[in-house]
Amino acid sequence: MTTTEAVPRTAGTASEISRAHTLKQVLQVQSFQILLVLLVIFLAFSALAPEVFPTWGNVRQIIQNVSILGVLGIGMTFVIVTSGIDLSVGSNLVFSGVVAAKVMQAMGGSGWGTAVVGILVAVGCGLGWGLLNGVLIAKAKVPPLIVTLGTLGGALGLAQVITGGVDIREVPAVLQDTIGYGNVPGTTLPTISLLAIVLILIFGTVLHRTRFGLYTFAVGSNEESARRVGVKVDRQLISIYVLSGGLAGVAGILSLSQYGTTAIAGQSATNLNVIAAVVIGGTSLFGGVGTIFGTVVGLFIPAVLQNGFVIVGIQPFWQQVAVGAVLVVAVYVDQRRRAAAARGHAAKADGKRKLFGRRSR
Amino acid sequence: MTTIPVLEARGLTRSFGNVRALDGVDFDVNAGEVVALIGDNGAGKSTLVKALSGNLALDSGKILFAGGEVELGSPSEASRLGIETVYQDLALAPHLNAAQNMFLGREIAKPGFQGRLGFMDNKTMRAKSREAFDELGATVRSLSDPVGSMSGGQKQAIAIARAVAWAKGVIFLDEPTAALGVVQTRNVLETIRRVRDKGVGVVFISHSMPHVIDVADRVQVLRLGRRVATYEAKKTSVEELVGAMTGALDGAHS
Repeated sequence: MTTTEAVPRTAGTASEISRAHTLKQVLQVQSFQILLVLLVIFLAFSALAPEVFPTWGNVRQIIQNVSILGVLGIGMTFVIVTSGIDLSVGSNLVFSGVVAAKVMQAMGGSGWGTAVVGILVAVGCGLGWGLLNGVLIAKAKVPPLIVTLGTLGGALGLAQVITGGVDIREVPAVLQDTIGYGNVPGTTLPTISLLAIVLILIFGTVLHRTRFGLYTFAVGSNEESARRVGVKVDRQLISIYVLSGGLAGVAGILSLSQYGTTAIAGQSATNLNVIAAVVIGGTSLFGGVGTIFGTVVGLFIPAVLQNGFVIVGIQPFWQQVAVGAVLVVAVYVDQRRRAAAARGHAAKADGKRKLFGRRSR
Repeated sequence: MTTIPVLEARGLTRSFGNVRALDGVDFDVNAGEVVALIGDNGAGKSTLVKALSGNLALDSGKILFAGGEVELGSPSEASRLGIETVYQDLALAPHLNAAQNMFLGREIAKPGFQGRLGFMDNKTMRAKSREAFDELGATVRSLSDPVGSMSGGQKQAIAIARAVAWAKGVIFLDEPTAALGVVQTRNVLETIRRVRDKGVGVVFISHSMPHVIDVADRVQVLRLGRRVATYEAKKTSVEELVGAMTGALDGAHS
């Protein structure tokens, strides 16, 4: 029947092909390529500063530094998989932190009662901004770039209105001591990092194992086809922006706990840093492709570079240059892959092998 | 004819701005019958299919399913009645694999609590997809590669297999052979007959008159948003069909 065309290609060395295929597939996944890059960077700094860099104390510091960005990265990965973007996460973080700080300040006290209210308020604020983003994008059909650019300004502006532009520095001691710079009891793992890891595991499972995740990919891959088979696309998009907003709220309370201040001016590049990490990790800005794992790896590259440059005595400003380069290369690889995929399956495999070959040799 | 059509359209109209895409069009298809829907570009074929598959709001007119009037407000309502469509642009999600596309919107949940959390039974879905492709004689070499990297013929096979698997009442095929080679085309026509023999009404849209005459039981011709003629496929000819499409043979049957 139709197999006449396929037979010459698949016959014969089928088992060899499939074995080589799986290995090649793993190496071709961008998040693994980028993991190799991270490994190389790590080994390079370890060689340059063997006494300081590869110690748990230093690694712990790096992990602690990326934790808040990791929480934001989860939501951003979902958003970018739908081929959207959320520029408002940094402002949303600030706004949520400010409102929570205000409420906790008004309540007084430094115990868990005040802290829990603060946490709920922060998450609530985040969800609210997310809902606004989602409804404007899904229902009003305003492009995500514009909507979240608007809420970026709106949330930051309102945060400044609320505080008069002066940071609030009263944060309940219990938040600072446990979540802020406390460790998980009995270990030296920062509590804030454990929280981030738990959220990453939960939402990684949601994205890659559940129907909600599948619909996220389906919407990003071909919105129209998802709609036609009955996926509630609007509701899916709204949920995803709500998720991103809610996680920004969580990040808001984490930031408040860690730094003990609302740090209104401190998050102006957060959105771009998170987006860069997501893209470096292999999530495509065109939608339909992405992993939470990649995002985590993508977050560590800038963090490790920054930390390493400081330790080996290079001006840390070089970190921005290096991250910029990694970002452009990552997107170039993604583009090549897409172009190859568009030319068809066989061409795709060849194209990737060539690319990877050039990298590893 | 005395049988009640499984799907019938009466006087459907729909305008886009000043353009009357559908101008009081009638249409009907019986269970276990292949109806070819033909017409020149812009005659309203695709618009009619969209209306009958729940993808288009109508200005006026009635749609009857098995004799009862229905509102097709969304594709999922059409799906519930067993109406499936294979679109010209196939409408697969290119980054998802064949099995995921097959079951998109109708995933099988894992049993029990896990299912309620949204976990899916991928193994069963893969197995059933494989069955469906085999039943069609479709060559889908990988269930785990994204369909975007597959050939046109394979994508076509997946889109058709998906529609066939879920269609219980009517299946619309909008130019299913447009991008196919000789062998795959024969396969699709064979599939159409097989689906018809299961008792499903098949609506086949094509520009290829030989295929139309080959596979259809009846041919309905659209021109300028109206049905201008209906023919028994056995008793018509390519010349007659082309004449009706272009308006050269006015008043043929209507």
